[in-house]
Amino acid sequence: MILIHLKKHLDTAEGALEAHYELSINDGEFLTLFGSSGAGKTTLLRLIAGLEQPNSGKIEVDGEVWFDSERRINLPPQKRSIGFVFQDYALFPTMSVRENLLFAAENAEQRKGVEELIELVELSQLAERRPDTLSGGQKQRVALARALVRHPKILLLDEPLSALDPAMRAKLQNELTRIHSRLGVTTLLVSHDIAETVKLSDRLASVVSGRIERVCPPMEFFSPQTLSGKLQLIGEVLKIEEDFPAVIVTLLVGSSIVRTVLSATEASELRMGEHAIISTKAFNPILIPLP
Amino acid sequence: MEAEFLSTMALTFKLAAVTTVILLIIGIPLAAFLVFSRMRFKSIIETIVSMPLVLPPSVLGFYLLLAFSPASAIGSFMSEHGIRLAFSFEGLVIGSVLFSLPFMVHPIQSALSGVPKTIFEASYTLGKSKLQTMMRVILPSIRHGVISGIVLAFAHTVGEFGVILMIGGNIPDETRVASIAIYDEVESLNYAMAHQYALTLFVVTFAILLLVYTLNKKSLGGIR
Repeated sequence: MILIHLKKHLDTAEGALEAHYELSINDGEFLTLFGSSGAGKTTLLRLIAGLEQPNSGKIEVDGEVWFDSERRINLPPQKRSIGFVFQDYALFPTMSVRENLLFAAENAEQRKGVEELIELVELSQLAERRPDTLSGGQKQRVALARALVRHPKILLLDEPLSALDPAMRAKLQNELTRIHSRLGVTTLLVSHDIAETVKLSDRLASVVSGRIERVCPPMEFFSPQTLSGKLQLIGEVLKIEEDFPAVIVTLLVGSSIVRTVLSATEASELRMGEHAIISTKAFNPILIPLP
Repeated sequence: MEAEFLSTMALTFKLAAVTTVILLIIGIPLAAFLVFSRMRFKSIIETIVSMPLVLPPSVLGFYLLLAFSPASAIGSFMSEHGIRLAFSFEGLVIGSVLFSLPFMVHPIQSALSGVPKTIFEASYTLGKSKLQTMMRVILPSIRHGVISGIVLAFAHTVGEFGVILMIGGNIPDETRVASIAIYDEVESLNYAMAHQYALTLFVVTFAILLLVYTLNKKSLGGIR
């Protein structure tokens, strides 16, 4: 059980912000911090890792205090049982894949575990290669395996898949699910990708302007039950065109473009770049398998 | 004549080697300080490190000479402990270290500032201390900057003239290095000897630089 109660003064592009994080994470849970960029998701990850210092509050992991402003406790990152996967991978350039993992190992048992981890992320063929000879997806797998070497109590993933192409992303999402169910390590992921969040997480914590607004299962968040319909799709609003008296809205659903006609009042709540649910009630959608 | 030539060359390279080793020891922490420190007086230190690039060697030499004289605090303190700095090899080492400081610090500083912050942080989250991170992760990845610093500091010390002339004079086996010897031989119209020194310096420094750059290129090629 991880208990977080932190305050941090942030200087964002939109001005100063008093971030206030309240969150509890269950053992073995996969929790995603979801929100737009600049909301303070990565900051929370870095506060947990000890890479940044909160102004006040407390972090407690399985009864062990990592940070407590009142008791003046602040464990350095080295003393916290964490695995951190950075957005830019942060692999050590002069070390091979295996050396990157061995560097993290603290004892003989962890050194032995390195070979298993290399196999788990399917890098046996590349174990002697240097990071600069690997593709983005391969680097990400090395970074993930390296973060797992020390059997951390919590795995912190800072948008680890954002720099990859969609196919590689999907593949690594499956891999993350597989590794998480195999090792059962408590995982905190930062993401602003809906598909990724739904696919991977047990629960979602939505972060808005440095506050955790809501914690719930991802489907509940994206597709509220109050909306009953025969068909529900989630898409990103790409374009809102006025075509008097109606409005034509173009959405990206998955990798398909969907266009729909709305009245001006209906469209008034939509914003470009935001996500929306497409729901239809009156007709039964017909699904025919493609030949 | 030949023995004098050899001892002068030996002294020249001894001075360069001692200076380079001392610079390496103080240069890495100093470069790290300049890259990472957020202290207010950092730019003053940065300026002092870079001063030898623009300052005439005679200015540095003049003030060192004053500092080394037994009449000054430093000079009298040292002579109480039996060390004479003016017109001695020890004095030359101090002068050379100061004068070649930017040539060691700048390449390391620029290599260090090119290392992404997350590389340091990744190492810390893997339980490694700052010292372990520096020795095992950072120094290997900035080795080209360190090698450039070593080569430039060494070559610059071999080629030093003004500071040595001011604080060292021309004492055989103590302060008479090759660049001084060339000047001295030309003054006494002994062109053959001057040429011997000059050509040796030319060839040796060319060979050192060529060797280092070739090795550097090879080790880079090995990674790719």
